[in-house]
Amino acid sequence: MATEEHGSGLQIHPMDQFVVKPLFGDGPVEWYTPTNVTLWMGIAILAVVALLVLSTRRRAIVPSRGQSVAELFYGFIHKMVEDVTGHEGLKYFPYVMTLFMFVFLSNMLGLIPMSFTTTSHIAVTAVLALLVFLTVTLVGFYRKGIGFLAMFWVSSAPLALRPVLALIELISYFVRPVSHSIRLGGNLMAGHAVIKVFAGFAGVMGVASIVPIAGIAAIYGLEILVAAVQAYVFTILTCVYLRDAVGDAHH
Amino acid sequence: MATEATAEAGKAVGMPQLDFSTWPNQIFWLLVTLVVIYLVLSKVALPRIGAVLADRKSTITNDLAAAEELKQKAVAAEKAYNDALANARTEAAKIIAAAKAEIQKDLDAATAKADAEISAKAAESEKSIAAIRDGAAAAVAEVARDTAAELVAALGGSADAAAVGAAVTERLKG
Repeated sequence: MATEEHGSGLQIHPMDQFVVKPLFGDGPVEWYTPTNVTLWMGIAILAVVALLVLSTRRRAIVPSRGQSVAELFYGFIHKMVEDVTGHEGLKYFPYVMTLFMFVFLSNMLGLIPMSFTTTSHIAVTAVLALLVFLTVTLVGFYRKGIGFLAMFWVSSAPLALRPVLALIELISYFVRPVSHSIRLGGNLMAGHAVIKVFAGFAGVMGVASIVPIAGIAAIYGLEILVAAVQAYVFTILTCVYLRDAVGDAHH
Repeated sequence: MATEATAEAGKAVGMPQLDFSTWPNQIFWLLVTLVVIYLVLSKVALPRIGAVLADRKSTITNDLAAAEELKQKAVAAEKAYNDALANARTEAAKIIAAAKAEIQKDLDAATAKADAEISAKAAESEKSIAAIRDGAAAAVAEVARDTAAELVAALGGSADAAAVGAAVTERLKG
């Protein structure tokens, strides 16, 4: 492999940044092994604590800057849950807030050079999406019983079309966790890989590498936007799905 | 890049995302992370921020209510002040009127008394002037009579005192 790289002159490994490896030593990755995943998820927890707990410890009526940011996050998600899911959905506000803070901070932390982006892994986003899927399904059946299935029976459509629509609705319901997770993981992975490719070009182009470096700067700005928007999209879709289970709004 | 430097084992083969041998590890640590974040948020952060926001809202509402109350009080105080001022004015006007009336009464009484005294004095003076005038007229008649009698005597006649007197009286009347 080394000779091959030497021959081409290009050493671009855009996927290396996604490799899961143990923090200590080179052993196999067992389920309990502390890995770079553990490290960056731990940092995400510390960021949550710093952002939402430490900054609000004075409980000021007139907030400090940190407390204003914490209140901004709180108000943003609280309003989203209330607007999209309805008043009943506020019970699930801590859950939605957990998802949002984890995804948002993981995306942002992933933009630090040399960091590891946990949300670029399908394993992570798939678990997040499946948690939402299971929550919505279980809460739906718990709250509405068999009536939850009425969601698939589009009563406003002509009777003849309803079985067909029911089938389509059913398929789209089960596709939800797939699109939900791949949208997030794919966006993050693609952006980070592109930055890495540009960086590889910059390494071999000499003076002309100013072009890929400018490109990296531009894409980095775009990636900041993507990180925030994908966290927002993931959260608002969670709220939309929760409305099916909680609210009386029809699909 | 540092990833290359740190580990030869860190080289990616295909997509690391699809390396299923690392999935249990990722899923385990993800669940741990989510539980920790959920506990931190639901036990500490969210109740605290919610309480702060509610506190602020009630503080603002209370302050606004207090301000409104103070404003009402200020308006009431101003009204009371104006009322008191108006009352004082009417009271003062009343007192002035009463004082004026009293003074007028005293003045009238004094004037009347003075008038009475003046007219009494005038009457008395008139009386004494009349007495003096009467006395003067009598004295003039006497002098005239005496002078007439003396004149008659000097002219050589013998004057009848009664006739002279009658003639003088006749002349004095005319």
